[in-house]
Formats: sequence, structure tokens, C-alpha cells
Amino acid sequence: MDMEQSRQKRSFAPRALPHEEYFAPGHRGCQGCGPALAFRHILKALGPNTVVAEATGCGEIISSPYPQSSWRVPWIHTAFENTAATAAGIEVAYKVLMRKGRIPEERINVVAMAGDGGTGDIGLQALSGALERGHDFIYVCYDNEAYMNTGMQRSGLTPFGAFTTTSPAGKVSKGQSTWKKDVPAIAAAHHIPYVATACISYMSDLYRKILRAAEARGPAYLHVLAPCPTGWRYPSEKTIEIGRMAVRSGVFNLYEIVDGKKRLTVKVRERLPVSEYIKAQGRFRHLTDEDIAYIQRRVYEEYEALLAEAAQI
Amino acid sequence: MARIVGMEISAACSEAVTLADADVIAAYPITPQTHIVEHLSEQVADGRLDAEYINVESEHSAMSCCIGAAAAGARTFTATAAQGLALMSEMLYIASGMRLPIVMALVTRTLSAPLSIWGDQSDIMSVRDCGWIVLFAENGQEVYDMTLQAFRIAEDERVIFPVMVCLDGFHLSHVIEPVEILDRAEIAPFLPPYKPKYRLDPHNVLTMGAFAMPEYFSEIKKRQDEELVSSYHVILEVWREWEERFGRHYEPLNPYRVDDAEVVVVIAGTFAGTARVAVDRLREKGIKAGLASLKLWRPFPRDDIKRLFARRRVLTVVDRALSVGGAGGPVANELRAAFYHEDGRPWVASFVAGLSGRDILAEDFVEMVERSLEYAKKGEFPPYEMYGVRE
Repeated sequence: MDMEQSRQKRSFAPRALPHEEYFAPGHRGCQGCGPALAFRHILKALGPNTVVAEATGCGEIISSPYPQSSWRVPWIHTAFENTAATAAGIEVAYKVLMRKGRIPEERINVVAMAGDGGTGDIGLQALSGALERGHDFIYVCYDNEAYMNTGMQRSGLTPFGAFTTTSPAGKVSKGQSTWKKDVPAIAAAHHIPYVATACISYMSDLYRKILRAAEARGPAYLHVLAPCPTGWRYPSEKTIEIGRMAVRSGVFNLYEIVDGKKRLTVKVRERLPVSEYIKAQGRFRHLTDEDIAYIQRRVYEEYEALLAEAAQI
Repeated sequence: MARIVGMEISAACSEAVTLADADVIAAYPITPQTHIVEHLSEQVADGRLDAEYINVESEHSAMSCCIGAAAAGARTFTATAAQGLALMSEMLYIASGMRLPIVMALVTRTLSAPLSIWGDQSDIMSVRDCGWIVLFAENGQEVYDMTLQAFRIAEDERVIFPVMVCLDGFHLSHVIEPVEILDRAEIAPFLPPYKPKYRLDPHNVLTMGAFAMPEYFSEIKKRQDEELVSSYHVILEVWREWEERFGRHYEPLNPYRVDDAEVVVVIAGTFAGTARVAVDRLREKGIKAGLASLKLWRPFPRDDIKRLFARRRVLTVVDRALSVGGAGGPVANELRAAFYHEDGRPWVASFVAGLSGRDILAEDFVEMVERSLEYAKKGEFPPYEMYGVRE
């Protein structure tokens, strides 16, 4: 089965992995960069008829130092908070130009990409507007859980207890004091055709979800957990392992919502204690057993709620 | 065939966008711009204009959407005012820096606070350095003509810059005037469909919006500046062609009775009409007054300014914008700077008037000119003065 058949069958076999690279090697990402893996594989899945609008952030800064570029598909960066709006402009332009016969009629995947801050903090308004208006595009949030590009400042998607440079642990602080903002749920509240979470450690699941997102007519939102060795403080060869632990511990759950119906796509049979995930990363090293127990409790509750919700359907 | 129609000037602006066959309009409503976008929505709804009209959720997204659409190769339009312009100001610089030929109608309005929906030019003056071509219209016909000219100028391969057409909020936007409307056959040779040299195309891969390190940044900006400055020649060329085709004359500073004038009023926008009446009254009183209506603000028409104003005794510059705590009205200051090194430079009297829709009557212009001449007699000018403010 090749990639084209994969696209048609909406399934993915690892042997179908295309040899073509649309995110070129030689970019300036850190060793073990999770987001770079996400870009590489998202583009492999989508193929060359793809245009990317990317927000300011890690992804932009590692890939586009003038006069070099890592992008082998058309790519545009304009600003930080507006990627969904830029992508919306591209989508409507293709639609009207095809209608008026100025450019050939064809399917072009319009993809917006932004980090967790560019999506859930500063970019939330533009994202909501574009989802509400129903543009036919794929929005990818690559979530590395802080403003890593500017040196690891907290975002609304930084997890509870994590140390960042603007949520430091101190005598009266445990680091990030708030729970991770649930952006996929916000996206789903726009009643768009497709919402999914994914993780770079579950590649077949990621491929399948990208193919479904590309197939959706209307907005598709894909939230990809992309671990960051630099900001999460773990050895760079452990990126895949850390992502896997996030899913296996129930800290980050893999599901999709198709036309409002939620389904877990990776079910974890034996859940890992969150302490194993937390203790593997330097950003949590100040947490006490009591703190970890609190996180474990909340992760458990959320996972049970998710199971119940997914089971009802 | 061209025909003269009485219409609201906002509608005239929208009619020009329809005639230009714009592909994408992305806009967010704000007083006093609303009539332009309402009228355009109707044109699209009625199928008179085959465009995608995007009701974005903010002006920041309006300009971002226009940038995406223009980068994909569409002819793109938006309109805004005041707070909307302030909100999208980040994207104005990016539209110019990325060389995207977007056209925008700016219905000029005062910037908050206090909140005021009424007209002045504090909004446009706040983004003087954003790298757009900026035109000022004086009446409905100019709004119509300049909107069409804007697309042609913006898309010219020697230019490729965004263009802003400024029309005064309410004093122009909400007024009904006779406007000569063109038809598609007449406009087609002047404004053919937009054929972008570069666009986001999967069959011709390129990267747009790469970041520049310090070793490239200054060179890129110098080129942007040089090319914006040299767009002046294209603008004049387009205006000459417009005159040949449609018989209406445009120039960067539209002069009135300046040939022998010793004092010249300088103003941008629709109050130039009132200033013309004042010039006639001053002439009746024996004062050799004239007027220059500023049509082209960026690129700054330095040579026209020097040619027209050299050896005048006094310029009475009326700014509808206050540079709070600054050195003078924005237009006045740039005129001063243009003449700083010149022999026989005119005195520049800087008046700030007409803020937030406050009227400037003909007698006010007469008073400002007479006051300017008194200052000249004494050889002493205040840096600027706010005219017509209750003490």
C-alpha cells in the first residue's frame, strides 16, 4: 500500500511511509525536537499539494532564516496571533480564483500551524473566528507546552506544576499554578467536522488523523503533543519515549471527534503512574509526592470522564 | 458608458471595488466605515461582484486574511477606521514588508480616548511609517477614482505595495454627491485582472515571510524604502493615464490660486473645499492667499513641495491630528523638515484643528491665515497651536 492508497483507504501502514521529504533536513531545531518530527510527518502524509501558513514560534524560527528555507511546499509566515486568519485568506483566495477560472481546479490542502501559545493564548481569537466561519483547512497545534522559542516561558497550555522561566518554582511557588487549557474542547465547541489529539510518539495514529483531517470538508483541528527536550529537561534521545509516557499515563489522551462523536483512538490497558512521566523530566523535579498525588488524582478523574464520555456514544 | 449618479460616497467606494472585480474582501465593521462594507456585502449577495466576502472577527484578522489572500494571488480589499486601524497596525507593516498589493479604504476617524466616533486624521497619522502608499481624497469623485487607481498602482510590477485611500469620516463617507461611474468596458484596459508575479502555488514552491538576521535586514528595508519612494513615478504615470482616459486631473498637491500667493494653506482631505472659499475671501481682502490640497502623503512628495512652496512667505498648515506632546502637527513637521536646508524657506505655521469631527469654517481658515501673517510680521511662531478650543 502506498501513500495514495493510504489516503484513499483512510488508514496507514508504516511501510507506506513515503520517501519524499517536504520538511527538509538541515533545519535549526534542537536535537530531539518534537515539533520538527510533527512537521516532517504531517507533510509526508499530506503530500505536495499542500500550502502551510505558520505562526511565529519554534517551527517558524527553526525553518526560515532568510535566505534559507526548510519548506518544500509553499509556506508563509506573517505574525504570531493570526495564523488561522492568514490560512483563511489563502483558502478563500484559492476558492474564488478557481471559481473565476484564474487557477486550475484542484484539491490543495491549506494548513495552519502554530505552537501552543500561538494557538491557545494569543491566537485563540483568530482560531475561533476561522473555525466558526467554516473554512476548509487543517489547523495543527504543535503543543510543546510553553513558549520554547523565546526561552521557555509559560503558556496557558503549560501543565500544572511545571517549572518555566515565568512560572518558576520558588519558596512560595510550585511552578505553573494552573491546569492545562483544553484547546481541543474549545475547538470542538465550534461543531467542526473533525477534531483530534495526536502525539508524535504514535505515528500511525498521527498519519491516520491527518488523512481524516484532509478529507474533512470544513475546518479540522489537530492538537499534536510534541515533547521538547530543551524545555522539558530530558535527554534529547528520549523524545519519543516521553511522548509515549504522556499517553500511557493518561496525562495526554489520544482521541478524535468526528461530527461530534468522540472516540478514543489509543486505549491504554495498563496505565503508567504519572510519577514515572513526571520524574523523567527536569521541569517537574521540585514537585513533592503530595503534588504528584494531586496530579495523579486529577489525571485519573479526567481519564475516567473521557472514557465515560467516549463510551456513551 | 460613464454616467453621473447621486450616491453616498461610501457606496461610490464600494462601486469602485465592484468595478475592480476584487476577489477577496475581509472586513470587520466599525463606524464610520460600515456603509462601505455593508454595500459590498450586498454586491456579493446579489451576485454583482463575484468575490469571497469574509466576515472576520477583528481588524487584525481582516488584514491577516487579506495578506493570506493576496499572497495566494487574489485581488484583495478591506476598509477600516481609527481603532480598527490601530488594532491591525501590526499587520500594516507586514503587508508592506512582504510586498502585497492590498487596497484599503481608511475612513479617517479620531483615535480613542476619549472614545469618539467622529472624524479626524489621527488614525492615519499614527501609522505614517507603515510603508503603504497613502492617498487622500477630497470629494466623492476622488474616492471613486482613487479606489480604482489604487488597485492599478498597487499591482504595477514596479510597485507591488499596499495602497490606502483615506476619506474623511462622515464629512465624506456619509455624504451624498454626484459621482461619475464607469462601466466594465471603460475600466478594463485601465485595470486588467491581477496577475501576480509571485504567489503561493504548490506547482511553484516558495517561502514567504522568512525572518531576517541583522546581516540582511537593513538591505531588505533599504530596498523597500527605495522602491516605495520610486513608486512616485508610477503613481504620476497612472494619474496621467487616468486623465487621458477619463478627463480628471490628479497631482500630489492640488494647487488653487498659488501662482502669486505669499501665504498658502496646506491641508489633506475634504476641508480643502472649505479652504478654497477662504482663499477667495482672503483675496477679496487683498491678501495673496492660495491653497494646496495634499493628495499624496506616502511616498512623501518632497520635490512637488519644494517646487510649489519655495519662496512663499508663509505656509498655514492645518493638521486634523495632534501629535500629543510632540513638536507640531504631523504634516506641518514634515514640511518644516523638507525645507530645513533650503534658502528662502517659508515660515510654517502649524495649526491643529477639526479634531473629532469639529467643523472648520471658511472664517476659521481666514483667521488662521491672518494669524500666520501676524506671526510672520513678528518673526515669532509658536511650535503649534490648537485652533478653536474653548478656554
